Formats: sequence, structure tokens, C-alpha cells
Amino acid sequence: MISVKNLEKTFHTEGGDILVLKGINQEIQKGEKVVVVGPSGSGKSTFLRCLNLLEMPTGGEVWFEGRQINAPNCNVDQLRRKMGMVFQHFNLFPHLTVQQNITLAPITLKLKTQKEADEKAIQLLNRIGLADKAQAYPAQLSGGQKQRIAIVRALAMEPDVMLFDEPTSALDPEMVGEVLQVMKELAKEGMTMVVVTHEMNFAREVATRILFMDDGQVLEEAKPAEFFDNPKNPRLRDFLSKVL
Amino acid sequence: MNTLFASVPLSFFSDLGQQFYDDFILKDRYQYIIRGLGNTVLLTLVAVVIGVVLGTVVALVRITHQNNPKKLRVLNGICGLYLTVIRGTPVVVQLMIMVYLILSSGETLLVAMLAFGINSGAYVAEVIRSGIQSVDRGQIEAGRSLGLSNRTTMIKIVFPQALKNVAPAIFNEFIALLKETSIAGYVGVQDLTKGGDIIRSITYDAFLPLFLIAGIYLVLVILLTSCLSGLERRLRKSDKR
Repeated sequence: MISVKNLEKTFHTEGGDILVLKGINQEIQKGEKVVVVGPSGSGKSTFLRCLNLLEMPTGGEVWFEGRQINAPNCNVDQLRRKMGMVFQHFNLFPHLTVQQNITLAPITLKLKTQKEADEKAIQLLNRIGLADKAQAYPAQLSGGQKQRIAIVRALAMEPDVMLFDEPTSALDPEMVGEVLQVMKELAKEGMTMVVVTHEMNFAREVATRILFMDDGQVLEEAKPAEFFDNPKNPRLRDFLSKVL
Repeated sequence: MNTLFASVPLSFFSDLGQQFYDDFILKDRYQYIIRGLGNTVLLTLVAVVIGVVLGTVVALVRITHQNNPKKLRVLNGICGLYLTVIRGTPVVVQLMIMVYLILSSGETLLVAMLAFGINSGAYVAEVIRSGIQSVDRGQIEAGRSLGLSNRTTMIKIVFPQALKNVAPAIFNEFIALLKETSIAGYVGVQDLTKGGDIIRSITYDAFLPLFLIAGIYLVLVILLTSCLSGLERRLRKSDKR
């Protein structure tokens, strides 16, 4: 479904060029739940953001559903409709109500009528138990509520894959659980997911495959049991000894 | 006390009624004030519209260029020059240059509208630019990640939030502009200030005309300020917790 070939990303800064991704090759199949872990600055968020071109790769190829998306003639907006994204800082639209946040894209892109979009929004909100917040503004919600709404906002586009960029890192500890719960349910329903996270228990429980990234490279990839119980790369062993 | 009021004849206060009559009633002289007020309001409104349109265009050019330095390089240079020249020279000088040099044959009031509009546009541009840039980058990313185009993201997500951030500053610019138009008399526009001045030159009484026009400006500004707080209250709707 997603195919990444020799992906490279260089950031040009005043202090010189920084090579953040040093050639990544990945095949992500439909239905897979790929969790990406690694220390800060290892390039995992950049890798994720290259998948829907929030960062433009400076080398290599990214393919999605049979099309190369970092080719000049590819319609990026069209492809992003099928790739939902959830951000660390939620990024809900503060000037719109919860319901408007969810219906904005489907209505603006004429995928649904107002009525259909509203029904879908209520149905999604019911699913996460926040239907009573439909007319509230984001400022009135807790972090956990905001992130759950950000998830259903992406789901309202009926995407084929969901990208999560450290979805629980900005939350109070007591709110992490409710967000992970929504993500687990989503996984159970068969959604293809790519998740960058520091939640090792979530990775162990949900992932079909875990990638360990450091210094712009994937140093190890394995199924959860193998990954946690029998890590091979010394850098990963060191990492796990610190976070577990 | 005695020395302070030495120059004011004792008859001053008793003559106030007579002076009021001479200043405003006799020969329908209040018409100078009414017509002047009309011109001041018209001048301000048209200048505001020109300023906002011009300011928005300049702000968009500069932001587009900033996001992608390859785009609109020439246009951005022109906008930069415009901002520097307009903000670096006195508005009264700009006004005289417009009226006496550039559009000397035109209708003075129209030229003044243009001059004030061009002047205001430079200040509005910077206000709008800072307003758009004050919107978190994550908002654009969220919009784009949902499949909205750059244009739609700007219109539906960035502008409404930017507007809320800059509404008070823009409104203050309107208020400043209203008062600034009082120099339009310098080039012969018969605005409110000039109206009062004409009465003074006829009756040799400066006291009543000046305080009256000062009072009118004050009332206008108070009205605008109360509009502003009403607007701010509406825009804050989504902030309540």
C-alpha cells in the first residue's frame, strides 16, 4: 500500500545541511500496524511526514496505492484525502465547533452534503463518547478529548491509512489511556496505521511490526515479541534498557 | 487668576449666545460643519476600503514570497519599496505630492481619498501580515493533511483566525485614520476641521468652532471604539471555556 524506496531528507539550515533521513526502504501492506520508535531526533517524525508530503523528500521515492506521490505531476491534495494524519498538538481548528471541525473537509471538498457530513460526525462522536461536545469549541475540551476528536476528524475523510505523529506525547498522563483506547479500537477494525510513539506497551500490544530508528536509519524491524525480547542491534538494546 | 484671564473680556461669557448665533446659525453657517463632517466621514470610509484592499494584497504578496522565495520576487520588491517610502515620509507631504504633483488636475477630495488609502494600506499590510503569521503552522498542516488545497486552507482556516487576531489593530488604524484626515484641509479639502476653520475666519471666533469640531471627532471615535469592543466580544465566542 505504501512503498518507500531509498527515502532521503535533507534540511537546509543556516548552519549547513542536515541529513535527517539517510535512505529508508519500507513496504507497508494493507492492514498493517507499523509502530516507529526511537530516540528524539532520530528522524521518525520526519519519516512519517514524508509519507503524506508535509515534508518533501529530497531523495528517493514514496509510492501510495500504485502512484509515486513525490513525482511532480502527482496531485498531493487528492492523495492526502486517503491518508489521515493525527498530530502531537492536535491542531484542531479553534474557531470552529467540534462538529464543524469534523465536517469541514468532507463538505468543502464536496464529498458529502451538509446533512450526510453532520450524520457521520455525530456517529463518529458517539463512537468516542463525545456526542455531547458536538457544539463545543476546542478551547472547552481537555487534551484527551481534543486528540480523540482530531482522530475522528481524520476518520471523517474515510482514509485508507492513518498516520499518527506522537499522538499522546502532549497529553497529561491520565489522558493517554483514552486516546490509546480509540487507537486500539481502530486497529482492531483493520485500519492500516503508521504510528510514531513512545508508548512501548501500545507498540507491544497493537503493532504487527515495529521499526527502530536512529540517526536517520531503520536499524531494526521485527514483530513485537521478537523486538522486545530478543533485540539484536546494540543501539536498540541500549534504547530499550532505558525506556522499559 | 486675574492675569490669566486678563485677555478675556468680561463680556465673553455673556456674549456666548450671540457668538453661537454668529458662528453657526447666521447665514446657515452650520452647513460648513455638516458638509465638513460628511466629507471627513466619506474620506475616511473610502480610504479605509482602499487601505484594507491594498494592505491585504501587499500582505499576501509578502507572505507568499516569504514562504517560497522563488515566487513573486519582483512584486515583493515593489511592495517592500512601497512600505518603506510610505511609512518613512509624513502623510501630509504624501498628500501634497499627490494633490499638487501627481494628480494635480483631479478632484481634490478624490485625490485625498486615494492618498490616505495608499498611506493606510502600508500600515494595514504589516498588521495583516503579522496576523496571518501569528496563526500556528500546525493549523495549515492540519488543513492540508485533510486534503484541502493551500488556497482553501488559507480561506477557511487561516484567515478567520488571523482576522480575529488583527481586528483590534485594524480598527485602531481606522480610528487613527479618521483623525489623520483632519490635515486634508491643507490641500483645500473642505473636511470637518476646515469647516470649523472657515467659520473662524469669518467670525474671528476660534473658541466655539474648535471645541465643536473637537467634540464631533471625539464622539465619532467613541462610537468606533464601542463598535470595536462589540466586534471583539463576537470574535471571542470560541475562546470561552
